[in-house]
Formats: sequence, C-alpha cells, structure tokens
Amino acid sequence: MKTIFKSLLAITVLSMVLGSCGKGDSKKNGALASNAAEKVYVAPGEYDEFYAFLSGGFSGQLAVYGLPSGRLFKVIPVFSVDPEKAYGFSEETKPMLNTSHGFIPWDDSHHPDISQTAGELDGRWVFINGNNTPRIAKIDLTSFETTEIIEIPNSAGNHSSSFVTENTEYVVAGTRFSVPYPQKDMPIKEYKGNFKGALTFISVDPKNGAMNIKFQLMMPGFNYDLSHPGRGASHGWFFFTTYNTEEANSLLEVNASQNDKDFIAAINWKKIEEYVNNGGGKKAPTRYAHNVYNEETHTATSTIKEEVLIINPSDVPGAVYFMPTPKSPHGCDVDPSGEYIVGSGKLAAELTVHSFSKMLKAIEQKKFDGDAYGIPILQYEATLAGAVKQPGLGPLHTEFDGKGNAYTTFFISSEVVKWKLGTWEVLDRKPVFYSVGHLMIPGGNSRKPFGKYLVAMNKITKDRYLPTGPEVTQSAQLFDITGEKMEMLLDFPTIGEPHYAAGIPANLIVPKSKKIYKLEDNKHKSVVKTEAAAKVVRNGNEVHVYMTMIRSHFAPDNIEGIQVGDKVYFHVTNLEQDYDVPHGFAVIGAQTSELLIMPGQTKTNIWEPKQVGVWPFYCTDFCSALHQEMQGYIRVSPKGSKVPLTYTLDGDAVDAE
Amino acid sequence: MKKSKILMIVGSLLLLGLFAFPLWNITLEAPQYPIPLGMDIHINKFTDTHEFDIKNINLMNHYVGMQYIPDTIPEFKVFPIAIGIMVVLGVIIGFLGNHKLFLAWFVLMCILGTAGMYDFYMWEYDYGHNLSPKAIMNFKNPDGSVMGFQPPLFGTKDILNFTAHSYPRTGAYFLFVGMMLTLVAFFVGRKEKKA
Repeated sequence: MKTIFKSLLAITVLSMVLGSCGKGDSKKNGALASNAAEKVYVAPGEYDEFYAFLSGGFSGQLAVYGLPSGRLFKVIPVFSVDPEKAYGFSEETKPMLNTSHGFIPWDDSHHPDISQTAGELDGRWVFINGNNTPRIAKIDLTSFETTEIIEIPNSAGNHSSSFVTENTEYVVAGTRFSVPYPQKDMPIKEYKGNFKGALTFISVDPKNGAMNIKFQLMMPGFNYDLSHPGRGASHGWFFFTTYNTEEANSLLEVNASQNDKDFIAAINWKKIEEYVNNGGGKKAPTRYAHNVYNEETHTATSTIKEEVLIINPSDVPGAVYFMPTPKSPHGCDVDPSGEYIVGSGKLAAELTVHSFSKMLKAIEQKKFDGDAYGIPILQYEATLAGAVKQPGLGPLHTEFDGKGNAYTTFFISSEVVKWKLGTWEVLDRKPVFYSVGHLMIPGGNSRKPFGKYLVAMNKITKDRYLPTGPEVTQSAQLFDITGEKMEMLLDFPTIGEPHYAAGIPANLIVPKSKKIYKLEDNKHKSVVKTEAAAKVVRNGNEVHVYMTMIRSHFAPDNIEGIQVGDKVYFHVTNLEQDYDVPHGFAVIGAQTSELLIMPGQTKTNIWEPKQVGVWPFYCTDFCSALHQEMQGYIRVSPKGSKVPLTYTLDGDAVDAE
Repeated sequence: MKKSKILMIVGSLLLLGLFAFPLWNITLEAPQYPIPLGMDIHINKFTDTHEFDIKNINLMNHYVGMQYIPDTIPEFKVFPIAIGIMVVLGVIIGFLGNHKLFLAWFVLMCILGTAGMYDFYMWEYDYGHNLSPKAIMNFKNPDGSVMGFQPPLFGTKDILNFTAHSYPRTGAYFLFVGMMLTLVAFFVGRKEKKA
C-alpha cells in the first residue's frame, strides 16, 4: 500500500513539474496538471481502456502496453529469439526465424498495424515489419503469438511497411534501400538507373489471415521511406514517400539532400490487382522463406518459395504517379476521410498536404511535369491541398483524432504540434522529451480514430529517468487530446526503440483472448495426453523423451540409460487445462533455453549431455505450493554402457499408474 | 377435467425438469480463482460450470489427499429410473383422480427425496473424510482430530483457502414446485369431494 501511495505521489509530483515547465503559456495549468495522476491511474485489478502495441525497434519484438497506465503486459517475440519463451530455441519455433539467408536470430522491428474491416480496426491480427532481413510478421490477437512470417525478396531495409489496406486485402512492404534487380555482383557506383526499389503487396486471406505475395512492383531506384493506404474515396490507392531521388550511393546525408523536391508515389493497387488477376506480370525466379505456425500442432514449418510475380510500372499505364513533395519526405499519412495525404519533408520549412480529389483531377487533365523512368510526375501545385506554415523543425509523422485535427511530430524541435485539416492553422504545440519519432492515436491509421489519447515515442531520454550507465531507455509519453490543448499525462520507459505503435480499445480484444490450449485439440506429432502414455524411446544415439507435466510433477521423473554423446529430445506436454498455469522445463547444461509451456501445449528441446553423472531437471515457472518439488533426475552413463533405458515415476514404470 | 386432476398431472410432469436442468451446484471460491470453480450435479451426471472445472477441482483436492470426483456413480443409474417411475405413476394417479392417492404419492416422493439427500450427504462425507494416507498436506482441527474437507450439504462454508457454496439449482425448483402442486392437488381434491 505504501508503495502505491509513494508512486502515486511520485506521478503527481512529476506531472506537476512537467505541467509547470510544459505549459508556461497557460494560467490554469496547476489544477489541470494535478489531475494527470488521476487520469492515468488504473486501480489494482482494473483494466486499461486501450491496448497499445509498441514496436520493439532493435529488440526485434513487439511490446504490449495498457493505456492510460503505461503498464507493460507482454513482450511478444517476433523477429528475435527469446529464451524466456523458448522462441527460436524450441524445435517448434526455430522454423519461424528461417530465411533465404538461413536462421536469423534478430531483426529490427518497426511499424505495427492492426487489421481492419471496412476501414475500422477489427482486432484480429497485428502485422509488423522486420527491417534488416526484410520480413513481415503476423501476430494473432487471440493468442498474442507470432503465427506467420514471410520474407520479402528483392528488398533491402524493409521500412515503408507493414501497413494494411482498409479491408486488410493487402499488407504492404516497401524497400528503403534500392538494390540491383536481380541481385548480382556489380560496381556500387553504377547504382543510378540500375538499382530498383520493390514495393511488395502481400494478400491476406480474410478467413485465416494466410499471407501470400501477390505481386512486386519494381519501381525506380529511390529510397521508399514510409507509406499509408488510401481509405474511403481513396481506397484502392497506396501512397509511399521517397527520398534519394538523386539516386546517390554514398554520403547520402549530403548527396540525397540536393533535390528541392522528392516524391510521394501514388499507387493504384486495385488497377494492378486487376491486371494481375487477368494474367498480367512476369514470374521471376527468387528465393524467400514463408514460415507458418500451426496452433493445432503447436509447430512452425518453413517453406522456401522460388518464384515471385514482378510488375513494371510501365506495364500498367495509369497505375503509378509521382507527387512532388519538398525535401526528403519521411512520414506519409492519410487522414480518416482519405482526402488528405500529408508528406512530412524532413528538411522542409512547411508541412505539405496533398489532396486526393485534386490528384485525380490533375491526372484527368494530364497536369504533368515530365516523368521519371516513364512514371508521370504531377504538377506540384495541381495536387497541393495546402501547407502548414512554420510548424516546427524536422516533421516526421502525423496521426489524426477523427475530429478534424492532425498531430505531427517534430524531431529537431522536439515537439508535437496540433493543427487543423483544411485551414492548416496550428492550434497547439507541446514539447516532448526528447526528439520524438512516431506518434500514435488508437485507430489513428483508420477511418475511425479513438481520439482520446496520443502516445509520442521518443528517441532520446538523457536525464528523464534514473541513469543506467551510458545506455539509457527510450520512452513514450502520453497526452490527453480530448481538450483544445494537449495535456501531457505520463511518460514511461519502453523496450528497444519504439518506432510506430498501434492502439485499439481493449473491448475489441479481451473477449477473444485465449485462456488455454485444449489438450484434446493438440495435434503435435510428439504429444502425450496422459501420464500413462509417457515414454522414453531410443533410436540409435537419439533418445526421445515423451514427458508430461501437471501440478506438481513430471512423468517420468527418473530416467536412466542415457549415454554421453546421445542427443536427447524432450517433448514436454503440459496436461493442465486451467488458466494461467504454465510450467517450465530446464535441464542442466542444455545449450538451448528453458521451455515455457502453456496449458495443453507441447514443446521440444534438445539436450546433448557431455558428462557422466546424475543430472537434474526442474520446473522454472512457480506453478503451485509444491513447485520446488517439481523436479527429476537423468542418469548419464558412459558411451556404450549396459545400463538399460528405464523411466519411472515414484519408482513405478510410468504406465503402471 | 377436475382442477385437482390437472394439478396432480402438471405437478408430477414438472419433475421432468430434472432431466433438463441440474439439481444441485457446488461452487468453490479462492483468491487464485477470480472465476470460481464449480460443479453441477444432475440426476444422471456431474458437469463443469466452466469447461475443465472438475479436472481443476480434482487437481486442487489432490494436495489434501481427496479422491477424484468419479466420472459416474451408481446413483446416476437409479435416480433417472426412480424419477421416471414417479412421473408415470403421478400422471396415472392424476387421471384416476383419487385424492388420497395424491397424498400417498407426495409422501412417497418425500421419502425418496430424503433418501436422496441422505445418500448425497454420505457421498460428500466420504469425499471429504476418506483421505489418502500419502496426502501431501495434512490439517488438524483445533481439537487434534484430522480436518475433513466435506462441502456443506446446504449453505456456505470456509474450507482452508476455499469458500464452498452448496445450493439447489433449477432442477431442484422444478421438483419442489411439482411436489407442492401435488400437495395442493390433494387439498383441492378433498374439497371437490366434499362439495
């Protein structure tokens, strides 16, 4: 109780301090600020109003927080191994991290996006991109587990990803680096005109979410930075920001900043889809991994695919246009109506907003300003809806509240700025600590934002928290955006470096969240569903232990007849069917992780004993009052020993029960 | 048809509700079970209140050496037959219309009901007291005797970290209302005879 009061007091004091330095222009801020603690306080046992999925950045994972409390609930392993959950260590999950480059234990995760139906969040899946070894992952929001990862061929630096169209027809992956297509050994300085930028459209099966690369659009060799789908009237289009239209291959900070304007590429994917459905495009050889986790077998499989459908923009006239946008635009954000496309020129003095209806008109009237590699460039003035003047320095990303307001982050001036769509006037600005990247309003990338909170994700924290040596945390800051002025309520540390995030009302997820896996539905190839069925089988120097676990023992728990040099597979099934009763399994000297096994689930790890002796194994998850008794022994004899293979529970053969 | 006859027939037919609805329920609350564990007792089976509740009750109870709740018990064969016979008998008697037989049926049903409750009590007693000698945890009452874990026959009782509730369910209300109707049928029948 004392700690609760202390932390409450701390939050209150903190927010008062923040309030007083953040709102020098307001006289009423004292009363408002003291309210902040109340607004983020979620009493013990109460639920948060929103889930927030924050990308883990260079951790490669996805973090699940509650809003407004900022409490961390789970880190979902996606692109990086996680010894805690045996992800990438258990035999069942190793295939999830397979790629055309082999097993990759790490990636850099960036932009989570929640699936949509009719332009609104449906809470079925979260998609997220792996930036380094290009991949898109799908997380199932009934189990909060990664259930599918597809590698993106012909791509490098998978950054303008993984945004979904308004009925989740596609999840889109665009390349940041252009690369030779097809990949080959060539001088880097011959980049210009020879490198290509692939924009990949991955179809999503509306029933089960299965992903499949429908086509890759081979664009000129620019850098494709971010993207967002059209919605409403602009549904059927996708917009990508580009930089390095100079096509520089070295010292990009200078050489890619020379053009006064780069482009937002407008892609009519409906038109290309139609072309593809009528047999258009060229099948090209390639190699990429497609990894699928099956919840019934609790096992992932990895398949290498060897073909992808390539579309050249010139093959589909009228499908691709460029809208000039000042100075290396980064964020590319579409408002809830689908009319406005905001391009944040990182180095520009103003924020450029394009109009979708004006774009259509300009296309119709052929208001072109030449072309780039055959792709028509629309006249800048012809698509311009307006510009936000003097908004701040270093604009990056914009989200919307559904009430006609937009919120843009400014990295260099370290602030969030609220402005009005249509009039382009700045309504409010609040400092953030420090150097904000992305921001997120739940549903902010949909037709229906839930404009109550805004989360700003900061790259730098410096002195904001207790110091932890040279490496300090990144942070998120929560704003209340229900009033005319934004009010900072809370800041909280995050894992890795959060890039984008996705938020959703909890009531869209909570009723669907699984409590257990049903044992009777377990189709793992090595499952045993009763203690009587537990067994140990030798096959040459491979030994398979089919083990069960239930409060509070393993069956079998004494195993003899293992030899140095054996490869021992522990296939462990948790027989529990009760909520929140996982068991763990760890054995001394294992060169893998523990296994953490949910009720009704089976997991496997490999143990290769190198020393003679009697070695223990035990449960790692405090499962019951007798958790410390949940243990066993394995006798390891010298190679060639005559000790017979036996396995017992309480001195009896296991199946004697 | 006379009112008493109708009451007798309807009253005995209400017993059929026992085939559709549970007779009794035992629910166990504990801090670790924000959604309590529960078991419904029908005249022919035990069922989970929430899926896997019985499995989880057994898992809890093994710590104190209690036996597993069996999949079935002999009573599950006897009860449906007894109830079935009483329904048929009640309907026949209803058609015959002799109000004295109405009372006889009611008395017989009371005897059977009491026997059923006694049987249930005996099972509960055994369940709560016949503990494994290798029980993981042994508890003693303040007077030194071995603590039992018998759930209450009717009402609420604290057993270690659990609060056990034992109350009738819909089937029991059908039985009660049905029996009351047959008793009313007797009084109405007697009045009709006098008139």
